[in-house]
Amino acid sequence: MQEEMTGAEMVVRALKDQGVEHVFGYPGGAVLPIYDALFHQEELRHILVRHEQGAAHAAEGYARSTGKVGCLLVTSGPGATNVVTGLTDALLDSVPLVCITGQVPTHLIGSDAFQECDTVGITRHCTKHNYLVKSIVDLPRVLHEAFHVARTGRPGPVVVDVPKDVQFARGLYARPRDNQHKTYRPRLKGDLGKIKAALALMAQARRPVFYTGGGIINSGRHAATLLRELVHLTGFPITSTLMGLGAFPASDKQWLGMLGMHGSYEANLAMHDCDVMICVGARFDDRITGRLDAFSPNSRKIHIDIDPSSINKNVKVEIGILGDCGYVLEDMVRLWRETAARADRSALAGWWRTIEGWRAKKCFSYRNSSEVIKPQYAVQRLYAAVKDRDHYITTEVGQHQMWAAQFFHFQEPNRWMTSGGLGTMGYGLPAAIGVQLAHPKALVIDIAGEASVLMNMQEMSTAIQHRAPVKVFILNNEYMGMVRQWQELLHGGRYAESYTAALPDFVKLAQAYGAHGMRCSDPAKLDAAIAEMISTPGPVILDCVVSKEENCFPMIPSGKAHNEMLLGETAEDIGNVIDEKGKALV
Amino acid sequence: MPDTSTSHYPAAPKVEPTARHTLAVTVDNEPGVLARISGMFSGRGYNIESLTVSETEHAAHVSRITIVTSGTTHVIEQIKSQLERLVPVHGVRDLTTEGEAIERELALVKVAGKGEHRVEALRLAAAFGARTLDATLTSFVFELTGATDEIDRFIAMMTVVGLVEVSRTGIAAMSRGPEGM
Repeated sequence: MQEEMTGAEMVVRALKDQGVEHVFGYPGGAVLPIYDALFHQEELRHILVRHEQGAAHAAEGYARSTGKVGCLLVTSGPGATNVVTGLTDALLDSVPLVCITGQVPTHLIGSDAFQECDTVGITRHCTKHNYLVKSIVDLPRVLHEAFHVARTGRPGPVVVDVPKDVQFARGLYARPRDNQHKTYRPRLKGDLGKIKAALALMAQARRPVFYTGGGIINSGRHAATLLRELVHLTGFPITSTLMGLGAFPASDKQWLGMLGMHGSYEANLAMHDCDVMICVGARFDDRITGRLDAFSPNSRKIHIDIDPSSINKNVKVEIGILGDCGYVLEDMVRLWRETAARADRSALAGWWRTIEGWRAKKCFSYRNSSEVIKPQYAVQRLYAAVKDRDHYITTEVGQHQMWAAQFFHFQEPNRWMTSGGLGTMGYGLPAAIGVQLAHPKALVIDIAGEASVLMNMQEMSTAIQHRAPVKVFILNNEYMGMVRQWQELLHGGRYAESYTAALPDFVKLAQAYGAHGMRCSDPAKLDAAIAEMISTPGPVILDCVVSKEENCFPMIPSGKAHNEMLLGETAEDIGNVIDEKGKALV
Repeated sequence: MPDTSTSHYPAAPKVEPTARHTLAVTVDNEPGVLARISGMFSGRGYNIESLTVSETEHAAHVSRITIVTSGTTHVIEQIKSQLERLVPVHGVRDLTTEGEAIERELALVKVAGKGEHRVEALRLAAAFGARTLDATLTSFVFELTGATDEIDRFIAMMTVVGLVEVSRTGIAAMSRGPEGM
């Protein structure tokens, strides 16, 4: 069924046909026809942000908490350049987004017109794919194709640049029946021969470990369920990247905690000492591997990934299985059951004893204080207060993000939204708003640092306007904490520009936006403050004043191996827990 | 012990031997596809020694790009994977690993001179099998098709007898035998 309509109407119609309910955006000259089309309808809700970067992160939060494609609409020129950080963030963390940008009319393209920029040129490197639609005839196909490309294979952001004359032009719209790209066909099913070889390797393993990542979350809820089944069937320990937290429940006894630069001692040493590593939907990035030539030197590695360029990119693997984690895990669970495969029980028991020895180190322990709130304690108390509620957590980037990953324990996928690959300060608040709009009744908390949150603080205004009752839990140490920590450890304690003088009064700032503002600096009053934050309707900023010079441990200094980890001063002395060989590793 | 190095990243890997590979890439002939491919090479720090592109199937809007690049085995594998994940790329073939591919390029070579140089230029062109496309009393434009090293040798010779200008197409390549891409 073809209908005649304008290009602007096609944009709105295609979004609706794709099941979009919320579009985050900011109007401007080159998208006015689309805003006019939005004005005449009610199903598609537009969320007006205060900066286009906020629209991109909000759409990311929306997408990652729902598994759907996030959608945003911005104008040409500065509108498009302002979303570049958000698009890059989505590219590195594989978040499906469709970003509609306005463009100057086709006859003005290339003339340096007002608010013109080469949007497809600029975003070519920070999107999975992008389009400039020069003819109304192509518009319906491109719009639907954009959603297909964004969500299939390794998900990512897609930009559709629509010149203003194309928005005004009239053409025929029909929803394509198959909604596919003519050549783009990511492979979903893994090669059975390789899967069998992987299972054979797993069955012989004496010191195995699962290393999982965001690919499981992207693959969907069923992939997390299958992962849990496979991990329980095999009895192997499991760790995850920052992006993969929640795919496997943190309360499970086979869970080792997050791995990597600020991961747990037991997870990193298990990675270093394992003989078989099963990597599912993770990509061996430098924050995970540490020093590459000393990375897990004695293991044979299996890598399951949907992106062929991730396999053998940083780390050479024995068995690379190209496919969607969900499909591959399904085959693995089925075949493991069918063959009644059994891992070497006695070797596995010994391996678990070694791991328990590492666990006894209690690598996340810290010296608490009754004088000042320790940031770790603040996250622990927050977790205790919200764990039995329907909650979603976003973060900004830095120490608070790592403490959140270490001390907040995730049981379910899609509950944890953080900027992993790009490390974008300012991600958390707009992302929280996106999450809150997708889950209006849930408790959505942005665990923030005072420096990061200021980068997109203007979005408080968005939260107020759209009645998104997000809670901003600021761990305020007045420093860019992670920068300060690196300066302390690597630059002789010369704290160049990492202290923020003249911070705003966050309580008054919250009030200025029309939100509730609170401050807490007394550990004894922290629980009450958290309770008030949770029970207050509407957006809240809780300025939690924490100790200023706390460092985030454990830490693998960059360029070091997993067994060269720095521990906090309070970690247990494990001299009597592990043997001489183990000690040599510390 | 805290690390005293100030680098945020691990040291660069050791130098490994590199090899030259010719890749044939079929793509959707859509605007920006060449920028997407050349941008991927520059963005990820890969080399392009030669790149040629032209539409090969007009009705299907398919173009064929021939890229000559160099790198370690690992880098070449990465380049292929990175090309394959670009949405408009249909397929990538490494012609170098499939046995000796046929590689040809075309050069237009302008020489100017008088007397003995002029005679020698014409003699050399005949020896190389170059065609004469343009002649004036003081100049020639030759066309030579051949393998890269043959064209290199021809240009070296012409330099001696009055080379003015060179235009080369870059390499077009195809595998031997009955199989197509």
